[in-house]
Amino acid sequence: QDNRISIWSAGDLGNVGLNGEYHGEPHLLCDIQHNGDVMDMQFLDQERIVVASSTGTVTIFRHHQNNQTLSANHRWEKAHHHVDQDTSCGGAACTGVVCNNPEIVTVGEDGRINLFRADQKDTVRTIDNADSSTLHAVTFLRTTEILTVNSIGQLKIWDLRQQRNEPSQIFSLAGDRVPLHCVDRHPNQQHIVATGGQDGMLSIWDIRQGTMPVSLLNAHEAEMWEVHFHPSNPDHLFTCSEDGSLWHWDASTNVSEKPSFLHQGGRSTTYLSHSTINQSVVSAWLSNDPTKDRMEITNLIPNQTLSVNSLDVLGPCLVYGTDAEAIYVNRQLFA
Amino acid sequence: SVSTQDPALHGQYSTQVSILSAMELIWNLCEILFVEAAAAGPLLLRLLDWVRLHVCDVDSMVREVLGSENPSKHKLFWNVVDIFVLQGRMDEARHLLSKEATANPTSMNMYKILDDLMKKMPVPTLGNTQTLTELELKWQHWHEECQRYLQDGTFASNPHMESICKILLGDEDAILEKKELMTTWYHFLVTRLLYSHPTVKPMELRFYAQSSMDLFLGGESSPEPLDMILMAAFEFEMHQVIKECSIVLSNWWFVAHLTDLLDHCKLLQSHNLYFGSNMREFLLLEYASGLFSHHSLWQLGVDYFDHCPEYGRVYLELHIERIPLSTEQKALKVLRICEQRQMHEQVRSVCKIMAMKALRNNRLGSALSWSIRAKDAAFATLISDRFLKDYCERGCFSDLDLIDNLGPSMLLSDRLTFLGKYREFHRLYGEKRFPEAARLLLTLMTAHIAPCSFWMTLLTDALPLLEQKEIIFSAEQTYELMRCLEDLTAGNPDKQKFQEDDVETTKVEMLRLALARNLARVIVKEGTVEGS
Repeated sequence: QDNRISIWSAGDLGNVGLNGEYHGEPHLLCDIQHNGDVMDMQFLDQERIVVASSTGTVTIFRHHQNNQTLSANHRWEKAHHHVDQDTSCGGAACTGVVCNNPEIVTVGEDGRINLFRADQKDTVRTIDNADSSTLHAVTFLRTTEILTVNSIGQLKIWDLRQQRNEPSQIFSLAGDRVPLHCVDRHPNQQHIVATGGQDGMLSIWDIRQGTMPVSLLNAHEAEMWEVHFHPSNPDHLFTCSEDGSLWHWDASTNVSEKPSFLHQGGRSTTYLSHSTINQSVVSAWLSNDPTKDRMEITNLIPNQTLSVNSLDVLGPCLVYGTDAEAIYVNRQLFA
Repeated sequence: SVSTQDPALHGQYSTQVSILSAMELIWNLCEILFVEAAAAGPLLLRLLDWVRLHVCDVDSMVREVLGSENPSKHKLFWNVVDIFVLQGRMDEARHLLSKEATANPTSMNMYKILDDLMKKMPVPTLGNTQTLTELELKWQHWHEECQRYLQDGTFASNPHMESICKILLGDEDAILEKKELMTTWYHFLVTRLLYSHPTVKPMELRFYAQSSMDLFLGGESSPEPLDMILMAAFEFEMHQVIKECSIVLSNWWFVAHLTDLLDHCKLLQSHNLYFGSNMREFLLLEYASGLFSHHSLWQLGVDYFDHCPEYGRVYLELHIERIPLSTEQKALKVLRICEQRQMHEQVRSVCKIMAMKALRNNRLGSALSWSIRAKDAAFATLISDRFLKDYCERGCFSDLDLIDNLGPSMLLSDRLTFLGKYREFHRLYGEKRFPEAARLLLTLMTAHIAPCSFWMTLLTDALPLLEQKEIIFSAEQTYELMRCLEDLTAGNPDKQKFQEDDVETTKVEMLRLALARNLARVIVKEGTVEGS
């Protein structure tokens, strides 16, 4: 297996030689070998990227922009591991990583949570057996609190200031404990959290109240791998799934003025949100008036084939990657 | 491969590029001859396109000549004109020749005649504007006209133009002189056909092909595998083409897809092979099986198996179980594929593998999650037993976050239900909700939710409740407890051993005492309810 971390330029920078033939297409700038599958990665700052590996290793890579190279800056080997003596390496996949410079938090199949600092060689803190099942994803709730989701359908809040190795709160889905695969927090309203499950269901939670989700939205037909609120336009949410689709959820309130079937990309359908808790909140994600709120949902992939494993969104740009070895860049998300 | 600096890599890439070019060459020819089945007339046009596209790269030479200041004086000038003529690119040839004419006014006369001949050359057209007979007639006249000019010595003073005229007449020697330019015998074949048999029928190709190859190679070199494959195509021997390609190429990709295409065009007779499936399916199965050994291309293999009606499913079932499940995410993808195709056994098998792995690594929550996915009650029981064993050994529960939050999955197996309820009992006790705790404890035994092996533990758990200052168990309940105890001690086959074990006997005695005392108290209490 030859797995690589690669940096691409999405056609904005000047094209190198070749008569501008590759205008607009992503262009490989540099890459470096990576041991194991890349399970998750995130930029730590302008130059450094933290990568989670299926071998359980967490690596910081540095992108040198002057000569366009990548180098491994620091590595935490076996940050995630099992104690089983039978397996040759004993490593457990590191499934999620989140950064808040200089802090880095990782979670893995060993149910462990690791806290690192970019400038420190040793692990700052480890919570062993934080979970009896696999932790699939982690994200920051506040600077000192994190959210994790696991494979028995639980959303947990951990307060990193506290020394005890217990979550400060546990939320779970009503009904079947379907594994949760991804989590993201609303950029402005920190009590709103979205999670995606193995059955493709999108759940919206209000963590100030209750232990169950506020809305459950039937979305994909298979595992939802990632969910992201748009960082500057949080009325927009994006989810991608094993079923090969990528959905754009538009909860902005002036949706009713737009004709509902005119959208770039694929078919457009409208759903009503089912909510279970009454409350009056400004955010469109939590309000529950079915006559007033229409969320517009669009599949951005016209011919879906294999799984969309990952996506990211910033400003007008959307990037996603599929199992068909393809990367797609959409630079006009809100056109 | 143009941009690679490393010579070894460059060599490797060049080889791959040449293999790919060869594949494209073969594929296009098969498309022309078999799929499109071009008839006489259009056949020649297609073959000309094929030669122009694949056989030689004249563009760089053309660019060089045209880009120079004085094209007609360039040393490659006549080479370019010749190759245009050989490929039937009349307009381009005439364009270049005009430059020569302007540069050399003395040859203006010759040029005009040649230009006229080239312009008038009859070629097959697409569409039905002329029949083959019409074309043949016109061509015959044109051929005779060229012949007259040549014999009159019109081009005698300019050897280049004379050679061109000879080519136009289909003179094999003249054409063969330009061997270096044509580079291959199949180019020679097409040129020959253009200038001597433009209305060639598909079935006649084989004769011309064989003779072209012989003339071109001239006994100096022997045909290479690619030549044999193309020859088989010209002979319309589809099976031979497939066979030769299979021998030469290192994997099944090309052959599988070509055969599939031909099969869809209903061109392959279904040859039943020894084990019953046809050639198309056989090749697709081979190719897809090869994909499965790749760490990421196995997903494509699935689609190929889906399109093999006879053995596809069986092959898929066998292969999919052998994919290394290195991460949970990969296992989930495999599961999704199996579930979509109702491959229940494989689902259970994959889940069991993952659950066992999790169990060995002491990840009980993960193990449970896999059993739930597979709806595997037996495994859920196994996991619950593990928990209970841990509890008995350590006196407390591990992984409370899991047990406290089982939800409806608790119903997957009886043992799991018991585990959940037992934990609930402990919780109720911890919250000092004794009557409820007591009721639950009793139900666990009387409803037979608890396994018999655990009854002793449950009864022992009842002790502190019996010893409480206030009365918790009613008379009815106490009788039930006593019955349970008697069932337990009576039902024990090894009474002898049981009685000799001090700890056990003490426990039983203590229980009996506690139960009796409780009964006494409760009878009194219940008896005095109607009192003052």
